[in-house]
Amino acid sequence: MFITDLDPVLLARIQFAFTVSFHIVFPAFTIGLASWLAVVEGLWLKTGNNTYKDIYKFWVKIFAVCFGMGVVSGVVMSYQFGTNWSVFSDQAGNVIGPLLAYEVLTAFFLEASFLGIMLFGWGRVSKGMHFASTIIVAIGTLFSAFWILSANSWMQTPQGFEIGADGLLYPTNWIEIIFNPSFPYRFFHMVTAAYLTTAFVVGGVGSWYLWRGEYMRHARIMVGMAMIMAVFVAPAQLLIGHAHGENTLHYQPVKVAAMEGNWERGGNKPLYLFGWPNMETETTDYGITIPDGASWVLTGKADGEIPGLKDVPPEDRPPVAIVFWSFRIMVGLGMAMILTGVFAIVLYATKRLYDSRPFQLWCMAMTPSGFIALLAGWFVTEVGRQPYTAYGVIRTSESVSPVLGEHVALSLLAFIVVYTALFGAATYYIIKLIRKGPAIIDEGETYYGHSMEASATKKGNE
Amino acid sequence: MFTFENILDLPLIWGGLIATAVLLYVLLDGFDLGVGILFPFAPSDKCRDRMMNSVAPFWDGNETWLVLGGGGLFAAFPLAYAIVMPAMYIPVIAMLLCLIFRGVAFEFRFKAETSRYIWDHAFHFGSLGAAFCQGLILGGIVQGIEVQGRSFAGGAFDWLTGFSVMCGLGVVAGYILLGATWLIWKTEDVTQDWARKAAQYILIFVAFFMGIVSLWVPFLDNDLHMRWLSQPNIYYLSALPALTTLVFVLTWRSLRNPVKEAQPFVYSLGLFLLGYIGLAISLWPWIVPYQVTLWDGAAAGTSLSLMLIGAAIMLPIILGYTAFCYYTFRGKSSHEHIY
Repeated sequence: MFITDLDPVLLARIQFAFTVSFHIVFPAFTIGLASWLAVVEGLWLKTGNNTYKDIYKFWVKIFAVCFGMGVVSGVVMSYQFGTNWSVFSDQAGNVIGPLLAYEVLTAFFLEASFLGIMLFGWGRVSKGMHFASTIIVAIGTLFSAFWILSANSWMQTPQGFEIGADGLLYPTNWIEIIFNPSFPYRFFHMVTAAYLTTAFVVGGVGSWYLWRGEYMRHARIMVGMAMIMAVFVAPAQLLIGHAHGENTLHYQPVKVAAMEGNWERGGNKPLYLFGWPNMETETTDYGITIPDGASWVLTGKADGEIPGLKDVPPEDRPPVAIVFWSFRIMVGLGMAMILTGVFAIVLYATKRLYDSRPFQLWCMAMTPSGFIALLAGWFVTEVGRQPYTAYGVIRTSESVSPVLGEHVALSLLAFIVVYTALFGAATYYIIKLIRKGPAIIDEGETYYGHSMEASATKKGNE
Repeated sequence: MFTFENILDLPLIWGGLIATAVLLYVLLDGFDLGVGILFPFAPSDKCRDRMMNSVAPFWDGNETWLVLGGGGLFAAFPLAYAIVMPAMYIPVIAMLLCLIFRGVAFEFRFKAETSRYIWDHAFHFGSLGAAFCQGLILGGIVQGIEVQGRSFAGGAFDWLTGFSVMCGLGVVAGYILLGATWLIWKTEDVTQDWARKAAQYILIFVAFFMGIVSLWVPFLDNDLHMRWLSQPNIYYLSALPALTTLVFVLTWRSLRNPVKEAQPFVYSLGLFLLGYIGLAISLWPWIVPYQVTLWDGAAAGTSLSLMLIGAAIMLPIILGYTAFCYYTFRGKSSHEHIY
């Protein structure tokens, strides 16, 4: 059979990449949404304006779907380290295991328990307690991001350990491990990305209501709040991302060389707007470039020296094209987000923010931009770490489980089928919720037909 | 670097903590998986709505104990995690896929209209499959795993034996009992009456499978045989089956008495606890049965020490707010919508 010819390491990588990419979409969105819902509920309690309550009750349904998807795909992740990367788990477990254990202890239980109150607690707990639950869930998502990004960053920039005589890694300094060099940058970059992702979804949905002339009160608040994020946070993300890049230049120069498509170390290196990195000929072909651009961006000087892929032998280089292209997609979408903020300022100044049809179309088109940029960014950093699992310490090829390629291939196929179906279903129900809009909750304050009466009535109507 | 190695037996403590996490998982997710398995057999759609409502606020927190079990095993016993996961590759992946289906069913079912039946099936078969796979994994671990060096060295289907299938069926029956007795506690009228009947019926199956597995275990391995059946062990250990029989009788009596609403659930938890103690006696002191002990499989002392601080602070807090959530959603899952 053809699948027996496939490389088990590659299959394990594809499977892990697929399940983790699918997973990250949901937590990224719920990190942003939880914080935003806390703000919205706070505004409702402060102003007494029921429009905020409607918005909360509308978005919390979408939050519930995405959170559920995040939970089920996250349970998979906690077992995939062992099923796919058992040798890595054994070798690095002493160092990385405690970080994941802290994530479960400090974040997962907190989120899961208070989500119940957030969704089902209306009328059972006081308004204050409900608000507190929303805040606790939001804080839980940030705790979770803290630990998982610490673990991930340690794999990028490992330190604070020694290699024992048995070949296992032993921790020597927890502060160095948790606050490893790339962690602060990656944490802020990711949390900001999550906030922007949510902002553009909320803005897109709000714009769709404005376009259709529905739920105008609600839509203005959604679009207005989203644009505040686009104006202030999108440019901030550019600066954070740049700082992250400088950190990578220092600790993972080969990754930066791949991002820039640069093969020879040296100064006066061009910035490729377009190009095709060719790993065979060790060149970047068909380049459209800004002369000296890469040197200038990375070092601040036109003749600044930047690393090249040829600094290391071919077997130590990451797959260049994926890193190179993912990076351009991420940066391009980031620029489009900043541009959205600029449009918003201009329209706000001319009092057309909620009326401009082209801008509403633009915002609708930008709805998925955060997700795509976020995934592209993860591709840059994860593929850029190759061929290592723990950068410079453990090779990916030496991390894999002793499991047959056929079984990995079959389970990969199962994951693809199941996840595609679920993603389709989730998207379908979310779109259905959006079509119904915030008004649905005026029908007797039920929780999305979650009650006996609602389903009884529905049956009666059918 | 700080470590408590010299003053505490860290692998033993962590073995206990992981065992507790797995037990809590089995007890807590057990009842909501059981509700899922019973789902299609309920007398009406109304009953089904009520059944789902009775577990909806809790399932997510319940499943988190499984993440703690997996994540905790990775962190505290990386070697065991690295051996057991590849050995149980197929049932673990199948269990995860099943859990996905039944997990999303909670959200999708209430949003679906014409496609609701799909998610009813997803909830049922997902719960059933997850329970059966968990039993297979349990059986596969108890019967022993082939190890060479620091890796799993057996075949991809080593876990599939008559014994593991019996364990799978036993876990399914046990979860149904937990689910049915939970429903006796949390519902009333038609649903409660039906759940009471279902529980009586399934209790017989639980006794059957628990008996078979318990009788089988001493013959899996010579050491196990010695442990359970040699003198004087047999005298002390026979207290366990005796106590289990007593709890079976109590469960049966409480199921026959319509006034008792919470007791059947509590007794069912007791049955699980006793079965779990039996397992613990069999598996002691192995973390990968008959190959790697708790002490050989444990992570470095510094790692276990750091985690112990976290667990000592966080576990009481987690148990506290979990109790708070159960308290918040106390009472019957009734006609009046609870949200």
